Amino acid sequence: MPTLKISNLQVEADKTPILHGVDLTVNSGEVVAIMGRNGSGKSTLALTLAGHPHYTVTDGTINWDSTNITNSSPEERSHLGLFLSFQHPLALPGISVTDFIRAAMTAHDQANHRTPLSLRDYLVQLREAMALLGIPNSFAKRYLNDGFSGGEKKKLEILQALLIKPKLLILDEIDSGLDIDAIKTVSKGVNTLHKTGSAVIVITHYRRILNYIKPESVHIMADGKIVKSGDMALVDALEKSSYDAVTA
Amino acid sequence: MSDAKKLSPVVMSEYQYGFSDPEEYPFRLPKGLDESVVQTIADQKSEPDWMRDRRLAALIEFGKKPLPPWGGDLSDLDFDAITYYIKPGDHVSRDWNDVPSTIRNTFERLGIPESERKYLAGVGAQYESESVYHNLKEEWKAQGVIFLDSDTALREHPEIFKQYFGTVVPAHDNKFAALNTAVWSGGTFLYIPKGVHVKIPLQNYFRINAKNMGQFERTLIIAEEDSYVHYIEGCTAPSYTENALHAAVVEVIVKKNARVRYTTIQNWSSNVYNLVTKRAVAHAGAVMEWVDGNLGSKLTMKYPSVYLVGEGAHADILSLALAGSAQHQDAGAKAVHLAKNTTSVITSKSVSHSGGRTSYRGLVEVAPRASGCKSKVVCDALILDPASRSDTYPTMKIKNGTTVIEHEATVSKIGEEQLFYACSRGIAAEQASTMIVNGFIEPIVKELPMEYAVELNRLIGLQMEGSVG
Repeated sequence: MPTLKISNLQVEADKTPILHGVDLTVNSGEVVAIMGRNGSGKSTLALTLAGHPHYTVTDGTINWDSTNITNSSPEERSHLGLFLSFQHPLALPGISVTDFIRAAMTAHDQANHRTPLSLRDYLVQLREAMALLGIPNSFAKRYLNDGFSGGEKKKLEILQALLIKPKLLILDEIDSGLDIDAIKTVSKGVNTLHKTGSAVIVITHYRRILNYIKPESVHIMADGKIVKSGDMALVDALEKSSYDAVTA
Repeated sequence: MSDAKKLSPVVMSEYQYGFSDPEEYPFRLPKGLDESVVQTIADQKSEPDWMRDRRLAALIEFGKKPLPPWGGDLSDLDFDAITYYIKPGDHVSRDWNDVPSTIRNTFERLGIPESERKYLAGVGAQYESESVYHNLKEEWKAQGVIFLDSDTALREHPEIFKQYFGTVVPAHDNKFAALNTAVWSGGTFLYIPKGVHVKIPLQNYFRINAKNMGQFERTLIIAEEDSYVHYIEGCTAPSYTENALHAAVVEVIVKKNARVRYTTIQNWSSNVYNLVTKRAVAHAGAVMEWVDGNLGSKLTMKYPSVYLVGEGAHADILSLALAGSAQHQDAGAKAVHLAKNTTSVITSKSVSHSGGRTSYRGLVEVAPRASGCKSKVVCDALILDPASRSDTYPTMKIKNGTTVIEHEATVSKIGEEQLFYACSRGIAAEQASTMIVNGFIEPIVKELPMEYAVELNRLIGLQMEGSVG
């Protein structure tokens, strides 16, 4: 059963069309890679899936299981199990990592009629997840992403995902600006989630991260559409030649 | 124009059904201001002649002074619609059921204790302070600390009162200082003898004190050499008044090597013009800290000031303003460096939402002879929606070439991206904006006593309700 089914998705921002009919299906627990050059519409797709108000869907649908979420609010999508790891995570000065993630988890528990974790149980889970990603304990009290390095911000995205446990994790260039150690750490977190059944969309320019998060299918975007689909062989072809050659 | 309903239809219409039965006040002057009003106030208080003369002279100043041409819109302020004196009595009682439900709900949701709620709403006569207050009173007395309402202080300590009254904020300083000098009533008088450190913030344990709250209160604080005190006034719960004008004067004298922190949190109802002159004089090595939070009112114009008159004196001014629908917070700070090696730090944080408006208006002045001074001004504004507005009016008058000045101003149009980020984690928009606003003001809130901080955070939550589309 598909988790996410995108049909003929057309999106504009500031009256400028960006996506020109994207079709994509991501099955439950599947790992999918989306590659493409800058400006091909990858980030627009990610932000549109998360419900960013700047992007307007002019045609097409986004279905989540049997629910049409094309017009759902960002928090509703989140409660259903969609999680976007931002390319540029925002800083929230004055809101600690501990408080922010707890507020998010509590919101999920309430939306899904679960009893929120006790503070103690939450802190245990938080510490475990931080340890998995090698995030020092001192970060728990720091303001979220405030003064964090690029790598620290990306780890904090995965930390949130590990605790919120989404059904679909969308990684928008999680690898950009990361050194190889950080890529390995982040991948470890992603694979931990994947093993518990989460589907993953990896949006990237580079093959490197796909050595650690292995996709079952690969899609290439150009000019706001998916122009080619395949498997890792497609990535190998890209490495050898170029986007133009592969998509020609 | 004499009809106060004009000010704010929503709030005033609530008052028509609640509050205010004039016959229950022991004494109340008719609306409007003239010499007979001032004479009557002086008569009622049996004041010494010098104070009566000061009042009358101030009334003449008030008539001469123009309204400030800058700041907020005062064109609807009708001096004839104001009652200038109501003698406080022990029998002021209104029925709790007459208090508008919106106000009662706010108290409940802020978690204000029952006894305090009634007081705040003008229902209870006097908030019964706990025994801890009496013990503290004994301790202060033994140390020579004088902590009284200003009327009592004038009666019991006329010599100190006369020595300092009006020395920091003279009547001719501005129209509202003149008005206050003419009709002042209530307020706090605080005298800390040399070398005395008052450990517990005053007002913290009994923050509600009948005589401290008024429309034209006058506060005078004298900290003798090497002393320390933290004074706290106000509260986060809305202060309701039928009178549309609050014009207070606060004077603080911080002597050599003394330190005074003065914390104010005010949340006037949205019909009130809140026009307050707060000024301190800091002598050599002294430290003056203002923490000033303005939440309510129709228009606030308030710029806590420090005149650094002694070498090495330091001023620290934290200003917080929150403006919602139909509110304008014109707040800021003034640091006037008149002596060598004096330093000042001004931090202003403002939040405007639901069509509210905030302005930062600040002055840093350094006199020609004041060498080696340093000043840092940081003002951050957070605007939550396109209908809201924020402006910055910083003024620097630096007449000494050795001054080091830092000025940073940021305006964050929230948050749409921050808001989306938080929402994408499943947090509802309203809660997300509350978190973002509370996070934004956190550097100031952490300077507040715990219960104020908690209430303030809750209050912001209440204000954010319905502010996110």
